[in-house]
Amino acid sequence: MSDTEILAVIRDELARLAPEVEFDSLDPALDLREQADLDSMDFLNLVTALHHRLGVDIPDADAAKVATINGAVAYLTGRRGMTPPA
Amino acid sequence: MPWATLRKTPSDRASANLGDYETAIASFSWDQARGELAGFPDGGLNIAHEALDRQVQAGRGAQLALRWIGRDDAVRDFTYAQLTAQANRFANVLGSLGIGKGDRVYALLGRTPELYVAALGTLKAGAVFTPLFSAFGPEPIRARMEIGEANVLVTSQALYHRKVEAWRAELGSLRQVLLTDCAAEAPAGTIALAPAMARAAEAFETVRTGPEDMALLHFTSGTTGKPKGAVHVHEAVVAHHITGRTALDLRPGDIYWCTADPGWVTGTSYGIISPLTNGVTLVVDEAEFDAERWRTILREQKVTVWYTAPTAIRMLMRAWAQDPRPFGVPDLRFMASVGEPLNPEAVVWGLQAFGRPFHDNWWQTETGGIMIANFAAMDIKPGSMGRPLPGVSAGIVERSPEGDIRELETPMALGELALRPGWPSIMRGYLHEEARFRKCFAGGWYLTGDLAMRDSDGYYWFVGRADDVIKSAGHLIGPFEVESVLMEHPAVAEAAVIGLPDPVSGEVVKAYVALKAGLDASEALRRELLGHARKRLGAAVAPKDVAFRLNLPKTRSGKIMRRLLKARELGLPEGDLSTLESEER
Repeated sequence: MSDTEILAVIRDELARLAPEVEFDSLDPALDLREQADLDSMDFLNLVTALHHRLGVDIPDADAAKVATINGAVAYLTGRRGMTPPA
Repeated sequence: MPWATLRKTPSDRASANLGDYETAIASFSWDQARGELAGFPDGGLNIAHEALDRQVQAGRGAQLALRWIGRDDAVRDFTYAQLTAQANRFANVLGSLGIGKGDRVYALLGRTPELYVAALGTLKAGAVFTPLFSAFGPEPIRARMEIGEANVLVTSQALYHRKVEAWRAELGSLRQVLLTDCAAEAPAGTIALAPAMARAAEAFETVRTGPEDMALLHFTSGTTGKPKGAVHVHEAVVAHHITGRTALDLRPGDIYWCTADPGWVTGTSYGIISPLTNGVTLVVDEAEFDAERWRTILREQKVTVWYTAPTAIRMLMRAWAQDPRPFGVPDLRFMASVGEPLNPEAVVWGLQAFGRPFHDNWWQTETGGIMIANFAAMDIKPGSMGRPLPGVSAGIVERSPEGDIRELETPMALGELALRPGWPSIMRGYLHEEARFRKCFAGGWYLTGDLAMRDSDGYYWFVGRADDVIKSAGHLIGPFEVESVLMEHPAVAEAAVIGLPDPVSGEVVKAYVALKAGLDASEALRRELLGHARKRLGAAVAPKDVAFRLNLPKTRSGKIMRRLLKARELGLPEGDLSTLESEER
């Protein structure tokens, strides 16, 4: 699965939780929780949804690593045993 | 299986602030508690004077009052003297804008140092402080600013642009908007706070407010109608102070972390005022919950007293179950929880993970301070909220159909939790809502709206709410406020909002919507409604799910039966359906 595909999954799951968010206007380097107005329950639900969709274990201790879009893509790509494309 | 009582040792009792409960109950008086504060020679009292000036005068000026940890781990420290100077500057800024005694100052901020400075500076100036939760959307913010007739708003550029600017001109009472993160050029109609603070003098004589002068306006929610603004006065500081000592075991020099946001009453009473009047060092983390980060803060800041909430504890339990490393917090002496009942598993998990149990306690926006608690010296029955603090008289009561109140003395009788008025931090009113305020009192009791039981040892057990108010992540959410926003959507004919049990947050908000004739339910419309509610209400208040119905169950008078929706959703008995006129479809 490529970065683009992982990104599409994040976009899709975020749209389920916070449909009002314009995904393309988010800064991928900044904290998603603040930009998309996600409370701790929303964020927990997002992490759980990504786990189910991608089959990647995301221990709660690592939750902060997926709190930005860039961080999430890097983490999920790494955990799926793939190296990000150069 | 009932949970075993967690026994405290004689040395636990010997070292606790509140060691011998019976003696303390017998000897306690609010007058004596008041005597521990400085006050003014003329009998006046000011919360910020007790929190700051008194400590500086007592020689604590050089002690750390506030350690702020930014999202990026940057640390800013304020001694009592520095925090006093900052609050003084803020009070002087207010004065220069013509804001003074009785004026209403609102803060809409994340947990930044400016929030704490604004709260204390406002109180010093004799003005009334109202914190708003920064995760509120524009609608809850506007409703609360309208009801409280806000004169000043202290906020950030981003929050102002996103949530306030569009309707600001319609709020006639609002005279000034102060932006905390604006270096120089403030947008039209606003003032950059930092340069104004830099220009302001560092000295300020705290306004000599009277004990009954309004100090804080905290909003809470009922089942129906608008949010209620609970009025609290400067005398509340007597309760903030003494309950910090009895219920939270605070002592001078403690390093104390209250994880509640000052946008809610806990974050003000016990996140700002009580720790400072008790001479402790307050740790504030700007970031949102993160299990790993919290571990680090507890350990590295050498937190001694920690006051947190069930939702956070349960999220920590989850993380710990995946990775049960010891927390390594030898300095941590006392752990307390508030917001909703702490489940027995979580109380006991404290022993496993921290070597000490969590101490649940109970209070409300209206009570202003902790009323019932598991205090340090007390044996804990996991799942119980504890016993009334010294100075607090509680009971379980029943209202007769005629409106008479009868106290239920039988152990484990189910009734409404009630308190005898007379403690200093009880609300003095709901602003502009005299009738709703009066309805809270009957037969010499303040009626809490919580259903509870008392066992033969005098421990209280929470059962549920007597009304339809939803408790999610420790915050009260009024269904009417959420329903009103859903009703604004052109597709919606009727809406009902309930709380459904959730293992982490206690309850989650779910909305049921019937669409206008000719409209069909669809996933696209579900998302549109969810997005609409989130935009208007913010994540903390908006429903997490929206379900469609053709018709919502209603009484003959047209009132939607939320309880029936809930019973059906949960597969519980439907109860008395004699008033049901229009059936759910």
